[in-house]
Amino acid sequence: MKVSYYPGCTLKTKAKHLEDSALASLTALGVQVGELPRWNCCGAVHSLADDDLIHHVAPVRDLVRAMNEGSERLVTLCSMCYNSLARANLLMRHDEIKRKTINDFMNEENDYHGEVEVEHLITFLRDTVGWDNLRAKIKVPLSGMKIAAYYGCTLVRPKDVAIEPPHGRVMNEFVEALGAEAVDFSANTVCCGSYQVLAHPDVVVDVVGRIIASASDGGADALILSCPLCEYNLVKKQGELLQQQKIARKLPVFYFSQLLAMALGLGPESYRPDRNDAASVEFLRSKNFPVGSASVQP
Amino acid sequence: MAIEISDKTINHEFIEKINQLSGQDIRLCFQCGTCGGACPMSENMQTLPRRIMRMLQFGMAHRIADVETGWECASCHSCTVSCPRGIDVARVMEAVRLLVLRKNINRIEPSRLPDGAVREMPQVALVSGFRKLTS
Amino acid sequence: MSARKQVATGDRAILPEGAKTIPIFVMGKRYEVPETLTIMKAMEYAGFKFLRGAGCRGGICGACPTVYRGEGDYKLYFGLACQTVVEPNMFLAQIPFYPANRAQYDIETIEPLADAVHALYPEIFRCVACNNCSKACPMKVEVLDYISAIKQGDLARAAKLSFDCIQCGMCAGRCMGELPQYHIAQLVRRLYGKYMQPGAAHLKKRVAEIESGKYDALLAGLQKMSHAELEKIYKEREREPDMVGLGTWMPKDVSHL
Repeated sequence: MKVSYYPGCTLKTKAKHLEDSALASLTALGVQVGELPRWNCCGAVHSLADDDLIHHVAPVRDLVRAMNEGSERLVTLCSMCYNSLARANLLMRHDEIKRKTINDFMNEENDYHGEVEVEHLITFLRDTVGWDNLRAKIKVPLSGMKIAAYYGCTLVRPKDVAIEPPHGRVMNEFVEALGAEAVDFSANTVCCGSYQVLAHPDVVVDVVGRIIASASDGGADALILSCPLCEYNLVKKQGELLQQQKIARKLPVFYFSQLLAMALGLGPESYRPDRNDAASVEFLRSKNFPVGSASVQP
Repeated sequence: MAIEISDKTINHEFIEKINQLSGQDIRLCFQCGTCGGACPMSENMQTLPRRIMRMLQFGMAHRIADVETGWECASCHSCTVSCPRGIDVARVMEAVRLLVLRKNINRIEPSRLPDGAVREMPQVALVSGFRKLTS
Repeated sequence: MSARKQVATGDRAILPEGAKTIPIFVMGKRYEVPETLTIMKAMEYAGFKFLRGAGCRGGICGACPTVYRGEGDYKLYFGLACQTVVEPNMFLAQIPFYPANRAQYDIETIEPLADAVHALYPEIFRCVACNNCSKACPMKVEVLDYISAIKQGDLARAAKLSFDCIQCGMCAGRCMGELPQYHIAQLVRRLYGKYMQPGAAHLKKRVAEIESGKYDALLAGLQKMSHAELEKIYKEREREPDMVGLGTWMPKDVSHL
């Protein structure tokens, strides 16, 4: 079965630590995924208007490219990309009239009917790699770490593309497979404020404050996630909360794949602590993980 | 303030338009307020989604135009997954936004964003924000 | 008009004997023009004078982009007026300029980073991947692909993909997200050329030689020669033979190399 990898724009720049750590980990796990040779931005958000088909074209074009490659599955790392690709895929599979209109408009591409399966790396790890297999390859168990696994919105909502049913534990199972302790916290699927960081940055500070408080109250040492927009909001807005003296210290934030690379015994060139904030780098130091040339960012 | 609600004030065309844009039937809402309870942005909202739903049910097009709720929504779908009447409230919020955006009116101006903010933000923030808040 | 024998002067077309004419519609008005002419020649034949919308007439300056459509067909086509041959019942209009946003920057101080490009043109994130830009490009540039590359931060790839762009602006005219694709790409190519593309080593060496005065005496000698002497050495100059194999020929006098 051919599996293609869809990175998404942010993973090539601001979220390079998400991509680098995930790809190095997959190699270490002996899994082959090839990056889609030609892809465009997925659009990040699914269009919600019933008559707006043009905004489905971007993700569908990527799905067509994956189909053309002969890929049966398209694996994503970014939660937003996962959501927009998966929802567009369902639309093309189940809405005959919209499918025809979109295929007719994209007359320069092959027709698409939902042939490709869209999957997020976290469920790929569970279902294709397998937790037992993963556990067997762990070289540096993250024992003693208390990790809050933050889903955000786009991995779990709406229901038809949720990676698992409500109150599922896939992220916690992942944390436990790495040898760490998973911390349950009530805000694990509360939205970080998302794109409202553009229009209402102060509201996002409040929302992030509530998420961090929930994770910290649960006793977490650090938080993991898979969305570059969540990462930006949680890291950046914690800085503002600290300035406003609303929190005593920043909770370290990592991409889930960074912990994976660390547990697999890969080096800092793979888990890229140079892309994390100072609080997160400090946390790694305190746990005796090499941080390489990570320069301390505020 | 007394609000007159009569057949004269109810804009039926507006209700139909919202239903068409959202693909939802806003009459189904029974005003339980679960949407607002689930909404992560609601603590900072002047008007909760439940009230928007009521205004829409009464076809109060002119009032909707002055309400910020749709512009404070982060499309997180918390309301959608928790609505006991099965209304996809996120789609209704999108319809409310599109009434403005489709007139070539931007809610935020990409050209006037601070240079530093654009450099610093991840692409997903800008793409999603521009999709939801620009025409 | 069709029956009249026309001998054009200047840029006007000279009609071959017995040339057939065909109807075309320029901005909605019908004209009979000789077949086989380009749109530009046909419009001049019909009496139009170009103050804007004509430049090199060789398909490279990007001044004469034209939108056209065939009778009974919804589909829009895009071409350069100086390169595209008229077809019967073609409806056309020229779009010599498009009022697309063009950012101000100082190429000496700007960094060759995707962030800098994004900050100058944040509207790039309004792209919806509809691909109308690529469909509208008269140079067959994959516009969507280079816009995607810029969004992904790969400026080198974007510079290469957009290399054939002639800045005509048709992409921007068809863009749903109101992007000025061609201006963004030009910035990227400038950054690539100035900061990223490796410099040519042989050019660097030659510039250093010139600056060190290696050729000063030679040039001074030439300046003192009479017209006849110059003509003589020009005629007697040693020339590389045609079709010579690569690296197999050297001049007898290598003192200037």
